[in-house]
Amino acid sequence: MNELLLYSALSLGGVAAGFAVVLYIISRRFRVDEDPRIAEVTELLPGINCGACGHPGCTGLAEALVEAADSGDISHLTCPPGGAETMRTVGEYFGLEVGSTHKTIAVLRCGGSFANAPAKTEYQGPTSCTAAHTLYVGETGCPNSCLRLNDCEIACPFDAIVMSSTTGLPEVLPDLCTSCGACVKVCPRNLFEIRPRGKGKAERRVWINCRNTQPGAVARKNCAVACIGCGKCVRVCNDIVQAISMENNLAYIDPDKCISCGKCVPVCPTNAISATFPPPKPKEPKKAAAETQA
Amino acid sequence: MSQTLIVSSSPHAKGDLTVARIMWGVVIALVPVFVASALVFGARAIMAVLVTSAACVVTEYVIQRYFLKQRATVSDGSAVVTGMLLAFNVSVAVPMWQLVVGSIVAIGVAKMAFGGLGANPFNPALIGRAFMTVSFPVHMNTWPLPQQTLLSLGADRVTGATALGQIADAKALGEPLTTIAAELPSYWQLFLGTVGGSMGEISALAVLIGGAYMLYRQLISWETPVIFLGTLAVITGTFWVIDPTAYADPLFHVLAGGAMLGAWFMATDMTTSPMSRNGKIVFAVGCGFITAVIRLFGGFPEGVTYAILIMNAFVPIIDNKLRPRRFGKGAAA
Amino acid sequence: MGVVKTFPMGGVHPPENKLTADSAIQVLDPPSEVAILLGQHIGAPAEPLVQKGDTVKVGTLIGEGKAFISANVHSSVSGTVKRIDQALDAAGFRKPAVIISVEGDEWEEHIDRSSTLVTEITTPPEDIVRRIKTAGIVGMGGAAFPTNVKYMVPEGKHIDTLLINGVECEPFLTADHRLMLEHPQEILVGIEILRRALQVDRAVVGIELNKPDAIEEMTRHAEQFSNIEVYGLKVQYPQGAEKQLIKAILDREVPGGKLPLDVGCVVNNIGTALAAYHQIQKNRPLIDRVVTVTGTSLPNRGNFLVRIGTPFSHTIEAAGGMPQDVAKVIAGGPMMGKAVPDLSVTVTKGTSGILLLDKKAAQRHETVACIRCSKCVTVCPIGLEPYLLEKLARVEYWEQADEHDVLDCIECGSCSYICPSNRPLLDYIKVGKVKVHEMRRASAS
Repeated sequence: MNELLLYSALSLGGVAAGFAVVLYIISRRFRVDEDPRIAEVTELLPGINCGACGHPGCTGLAEALVEAADSGDISHLTCPPGGAETMRTVGEYFGLEVGSTHKTIAVLRCGGSFANAPAKTEYQGPTSCTAAHTLYVGETGCPNSCLRLNDCEIACPFDAIVMSSTTGLPEVLPDLCTSCGACVKVCPRNLFEIRPRGKGKAERRVWINCRNTQPGAVARKNCAVACIGCGKCVRVCNDIVQAISMENNLAYIDPDKCISCGKCVPVCPTNAISATFPPPKPKEPKKAAAETQA
Repeated sequence: MSQTLIVSSSPHAKGDLTVARIMWGVVIALVPVFVASALVFGARAIMAVLVTSAACVVTEYVIQRYFLKQRATVSDGSAVVTGMLLAFNVSVAVPMWQLVVGSIVAIGVAKMAFGGLGANPFNPALIGRAFMTVSFPVHMNTWPLPQQTLLSLGADRVTGATALGQIADAKALGEPLTTIAAELPSYWQLFLGTVGGSMGEISALAVLIGGAYMLYRQLISWETPVIFLGTLAVITGTFWVIDPTAYADPLFHVLAGGAMLGAWFMATDMTTSPMSRNGKIVFAVGCGFITAVIRLFGGFPEGVTYAILIMNAFVPIIDNKLRPRRFGKGAAA
Repeated sequence: MGVVKTFPMGGVHPPENKLTADSAIQVLDPPSEVAILLGQHIGAPAEPLVQKGDTVKVGTLIGEGKAFISANVHSSVSGTVKRIDQALDAAGFRKPAVIISVEGDEWEEHIDRSSTLVTEITTPPEDIVRRIKTAGIVGMGGAAFPTNVKYMVPEGKHIDTLLINGVECEPFLTADHRLMLEHPQEILVGIEILRRALQVDRAVVGIELNKPDAIEEMTRHAEQFSNIEVYGLKVQYPQGAEKQLIKAILDREVPGGKLPLDVGCVVNNIGTALAAYHQIQKNRPLIDRVVTVTGTSLPNRGNFLVRIGTPFSHTIEAAGGMPQDVAKVIAGGPMMGKAVPDLSVTVTKGTSGILLLDKKAAQRHETVACIRCSKCVTVCPIGLEPYLLEKLARVEYWEQADEHDVLDCIECGSCSYICPSNRPLLDYIKVGKVKVHEMRRASAS
């Protein structure tokens, strides 16, 4: 019995020792020297591996940062979900200037809710925007409208998009959105745009809530809040920062120029401009109303 | 416009085939087998079928409704098919509580645990049978002789060995088959089913009637059963030609045991058999081959259950390797 | 009529529902306004040649197909061009169109409107192809591929047979059936014209056995043409698909991504042959077509000769008006037709039928789990695995879908038709085809 124990212990121990030696040799021979800074920089990043920076995960960005730091310039690299806060600490770590970063968010550019763009037809088929888009114009009749299915909700890796049962449209939850761009890629009608979150705690931002390029009368037929390309917002903005341009009957607000004053919002005859804050009260219509009252 | 038009992809026409029609079609095809088992084994066989069917349906309903919180789909008849097949695969001597346990294993473990209808890799009824064979070996290998105490529900009956069991015993003792030839049932008895054995396996005639109905309704393709039985006949026939005293003839092998029921009702199970025609042929050859090997050289007298279960495991590979011939490819254009 | 032929692989038998087989073709008066799409065919849209305010007659060229694959468009009515604008296509997207308000019914002088049969063909082959292009003739079976392009046989390809498709395997549709009954001689002269244009010795007409009267009529008149044969074909869907028809009649298989040209034949529809007759013998471009307007609850369903550009609503009005229970309107047949989102959609050169389905027939059924019954694999006439392609499309494995030949799908719909689990197989296969095309384009550039 004792002999059996002894032999077992010896043979098992021998095997274990053998493997240990082999493993040691292999690990020495194939050792990869990794820059210790990569691990340290990775620590500074949010660690959600969203890929919004264009690199494969946070380690990927850290590698790029270390490489860029060696050449003395990291200003072209940013971390969209981390924003200025994260990049400031990264800049301090390297002692280098960081590029101007603003936090960004995915914005839906369609106001075709059940109320604004009532369904004219009934789509029957798989719950897939891609399938519906391949098939036809969609329930609203607007070729650029949200199909009100749920490809973006499924694609969002952070559960930051929720389909609203009252409007039928996807809602982006600002607290969860990392602006990774998955929704931008998946939407067959290209309705999402990554835009700066906007100034201040209130995240003031303004955008044209429509992508329809049809002539105004046609666009209005399908949707109450379609941009009709009237140009009123362009004229208002031209006096301020010239942030709004008009192409193919559709206005676009350049987020880099926009100062989120909100003056374009009330002039839009179809309420096609959305803002995250209550827009300034329009002066002239009020006067007009007062006059009629008088 | 007065009406809201529906827009959907073509085709806008739909055939009348549904899952429920398929499953209830199989149930109808099993009726002759049911009648045969009732005629041979009496009231207890009827009760056994009712018990397993009910147990399978209840198990599926409870799992879907309370465990998975889904809408229950028992009305599609697939649980009934599993229940009936399970009863037909076991001896009439098996106690009712064992049948219930087998049903729970068949539906709960072999079907619902894998995702339910359409997702199970193995035939649930055969898993149930295999489970019962190893768990309750005594009752599972007790074979009452046919046509006695038909009106009794009790299991207390005169028993004997099955035809395949007699041959296996002879083989184990090293005796030539000629010594037991007189005791073996005739082809006619095997064909009609007036022999001992599993409740649904005994009558080749009943199985053939059901199979013909399924062929007529296009619920199965002819390749699987014909090639399964053909392969079995060819292999057993080869050995019979070599040494008729040690091996039974191919007709005996096709008619005896579970070959008929297995080939027509189990190997043709849609979910657990390959998709392409070529795949079905390979699957059937494999089933016939393994059945023959187990019967001729294995420790068990019967091999259909394990042959089909083993081939079930190969279905993903078969589906992956054997694809339908693409139009315009591989043909002289 | 010799041996009864068919294609051997796959196929289904949907209920035929040929409700309008006995109703003679009625001429439908033009509506007060037509919207003629400039892109009614496969390929580049035609470029408009008229302007707002121009006066046009029936047969006036209003759009020119300049690209290699494109087709001319003619005015189907006389009147004034109201505007060059956009009109809804069958998918509800707005596409360039010429909108004409109808005044009277004045035809271009060069068009021979008499019904006298002209059998003698004086036009030389090369002129035939040129004039088919001028007339804007496209495949009338539904695909609307410009016919002249099919006749531009590349160097090194040898064509020996012209196949004429009189199969009409789509349920409900009877337009080709009626044409064969009412105009067999014109069609046969048209076939002879096409045969000469192609310079082949043999033309074969394939007709399914559910139209015995058409087979008889065509066979009887075909005796005058030594090079034209008429074959009866066993009823099986999708026999009217080009590849299946070639297989059935000639036993040749067109591989995925190849054309009938590659196996030595050209396939044209009955309606296309008639259009060729009209252009070559009567100088009449493609300005109207026979449309089966049908549906189980439609009171005066029938076959109508409709001017191109007529709104669906106008044809439905002529057939007795929209019944209350209609829930789906289909351009084409039930198997491959497109459900239209609006009744202002207009008849194009490829509109073979307008089918009205009631609520019960229009409704999709609830999708349940795949039970691997392998019916979709069995019925696929191309030998694809629809269940697998659906799965791959759902998980967006486009490369694998490509490897499993998703692009070879002819969209006949047999898989979705047969599926006992009501799975949207073709829905996903169509998505797969679009995505794989996108993927290939992206990797090519």
